[in-house]
Amino acid sequence: MFTRPARLASIAPLLWMLLFFLVPFGFVVKISLSQAAIAQPPYLPLFDLGAGWEALQAAFAALSLDNFKLLFADDLYWRSYLRSLAVAAAATALLLMIGYPIAYAMARLPRRWQALAMMLVIIPFWTSFLIRIYAWINILQHDGLLNQILLGLHLVSAPVVWLSTDSAMMLGLVYSYLPFMILPLYATLSKIPPSLLEAAQDLGASPRRAFWLVTWPLSLPGIGAGVLLCFIPIVGEFVIPDLLAGSDSMMIGQTLWLEFFTNKDWPVASALAVLLLALLLLPLLAYERLQRRQLEGGR
Amino acid sequence: MTDHHATTDAALAASQAPLLRIEAVEKKFGGFKAVDGLSLDIKAGEFFALLGPSGCGKTTLLRMLAGFETPDRGRILLDGEDVASVLPHRRPVNMMFQNYALFPHLTVKANIAFGLKRAGLKRAEVKARIAEMLALVRLEGLAHRRPDQLSGGQQQRVALARALALRPKLLLLDEPLAALDKKLRESTQRELIELQRRLGTTFVIVTHDQDEAMTVADRIGVMSAGRLEQVAAPRQLYEAPASRWVAEFVGDVNILDGTVAEQDPHRLTVTTQDAATLSVAPPRQKVDINSAVSVAIRPEKIRLSRRGPVADAAAGLNRRDGVVSDLSYLGGLTSYTVKLDAGATLRATLANVARVEVDDFSRGQHVVAWFSPDDCVVLPR
Ligand SMILES: Nc1ncnc2c1ncn2[C@@H]1O[C@H](COP(=O)(O)OP(=O)(O)OP(=O)(O)O)[C@@H](O)[C@H]1O
Ligand SMILES: [Mg+2]
Repeated sequence: MFTRPARLASIAPLLWMLLFFLVPFGFVVKISLSQAAIAQPPYLPLFDLGAGWEALQAAFAALSLDNFKLLFADDLYWRSYLRSLAVAAAATALLLMIGYPIAYAMARLPRRWQALAMMLVIIPFWTSFLIRIYAWINILQHDGLLNQILLGLHLVSAPVVWLSTDSAMMLGLVYSYLPFMILPLYATLSKIPPSLLEAAQDLGASPRRAFWLVTWPLSLPGIGAGVLLCFIPIVGEFVIPDLLAGSDSMMIGQTLWLEFFTNKDWPVASALAVLLLALLLLPLLAYERLQRRQLEGGR
Repeated sequence: MTDHHATTDAALAASQAPLLRIEAVEKKFGGFKAVDGLSLDIKAGEFFALLGPSGCGKTTLLRMLAGFETPDRGRILLDGEDVASVLPHRRPVNMMFQNYALFPHLTVKANIAFGLKRAGLKRAEVKARIAEMLALVRLEGLAHRRPDQLSGGQQQRVALARALALRPKLLLLDEPLAALDKKLRESTQRELIELQRRLGTTFVIVTHDQDEAMTVADRIGVMSAGRLEQVAAPRQLYEAPASRWVAEFVGDVNILDGTVAEQDPHRLTVTTQDAATLSVAPPRQKVDINSAVSVAIRPEKIRLSRRGPVADAAAGLNRRDGVVSDLSYLGGLTSYTVKLDAGATLRATLANVARVEVDDFSRGQHVVAWFSPDDCVVLPR
């Protein structure tokens, strides 16, 4: 009587995952093992359950790992994987360096100001993400606001190229993902009792030492959450690099888009997606192990 | 030779000077005076308790001693030196926090080592001191646990060990036992006393539990609204309270208001509205005839009997007839409420010295309540 709702509640998220993640992901895996074809849908083989056992066996036999081999053979692909990881790592590091002090300052504000600060962090979400990126394009373009100001102040003599550079992309990434870094950091930092810092000082640690010995280690879970929350989506980011970065090198999201929409090669696009997921699972597993170790405590 | 004399004189002077001197210290939060012109001397090696109701400024005073708050006025002298400009991490004072404030990410051992490492002790010394502290608070087996793997009582010991590890001149304890249950609290009180005697460290403990203050402290400072009402040894505080407020705050008391009618060197006669005329011992400071006073009598100093005491023993005693209006059996004691025929209500407690009480009083029983003039304390009103 009592256990049934509880069991249902614990099954529900699993069911959700199964229905909306695992099943579709199964399709993607299957497509990644197929070959591109000029057809509808644009790949072969197709599984037709009505065609009988023999046909099904033949379809299975037609699946191959060729697409994955291609991914490793052509340096276009692994270059864009590497670029994605490098960009995500750099952006995440920047986000942490900028987000931590902000979250720290927020957590130390008087209580009544904290809610307001939180609002200020979240407010940008109220405007469409695309509009905000287009606003940046406006600011950064040749005759944009930034160049006008710089020229007006005579800091530069000719307009600077901002748009379509890696700097512009970094700016866009940091700007867009900052709340995802700040919020988990703020959540952990604001939970650290001030008395711990006082205890540290009472025991002879200067305020700076107290920060490194108490606040920093206690905020590690927030750092982990913020880093993952930024790093993983940035690796697969498409819009920001597409709109703000130059076209000379691509992130994996752009490559994927190209394969899917321009080349109409669904199988290679799917293989890219499957490999991306595998790559992203690694840091996730590492983080989980870290958290489990912390929970278990001990030595 | 003269040199030698000079140093012993200096040492003598130092031993007589208080370890801690608080001079007219005031602390305001906004317009509110949390500590209001408080002065106090605490001698080296003393176990001092600050007792007072919630919000009277005990924690604020302690935080000023530790350096977390700065006084708006007045001075705090530690060993004769003004510590106003000394930051918390440089004061030879350690604090045991109200919620222990153990570092959750560090083991018991690392918690205790925290201060030792900051003080720059060598590795071997740190190790030895940790072992010593763990033995002191009897936690040897738990060195590698984290705080969340300890019981409340064990956490309390870790906090104590951590605060004592640096061998401070002055240890501040903010309600160190408030989170423990009664039994554990009482045994920990005894341990604290023993520890303090053994180490000779000066302890200042904050509590709002008067039994605790009485049990552990050599002297108690009773605080009310940011001021010290009285500073005295436990017995003096209880038997000779300086004010009606202290009398009522520390223990139970019957208060009878009246005016002074007569005065001779041995006895003071006080006329009360609802307990007729009382004969009481004269207070130390002179009171004027006709001045308004309160007479305080502790409930255990009131005797009850069916008939009054025999005539010659009763000479000079205060005796009143009354009716038992309420009683509660408390195990070791029974507390009676007696409505006097004269109008006043007195509370009296009698020790239950035998298992079966033949001479028990029941509700509605006519009794005689009597008490000695020497047990009455006259307080200005
Ligand atoms: N930082 C602060 N800001 C404003 N008011 C404060 C602050 N700290 C303490 N107070 C006020 O000062 C008064 C004394 O507080 P304090 O904490 O010293 O009381 P306490 O005697 O320790 O009480 P308790 O027994 O409840 O711990 C209280 O009225 C409290 O509200
Ligand atoms: Mg307090």
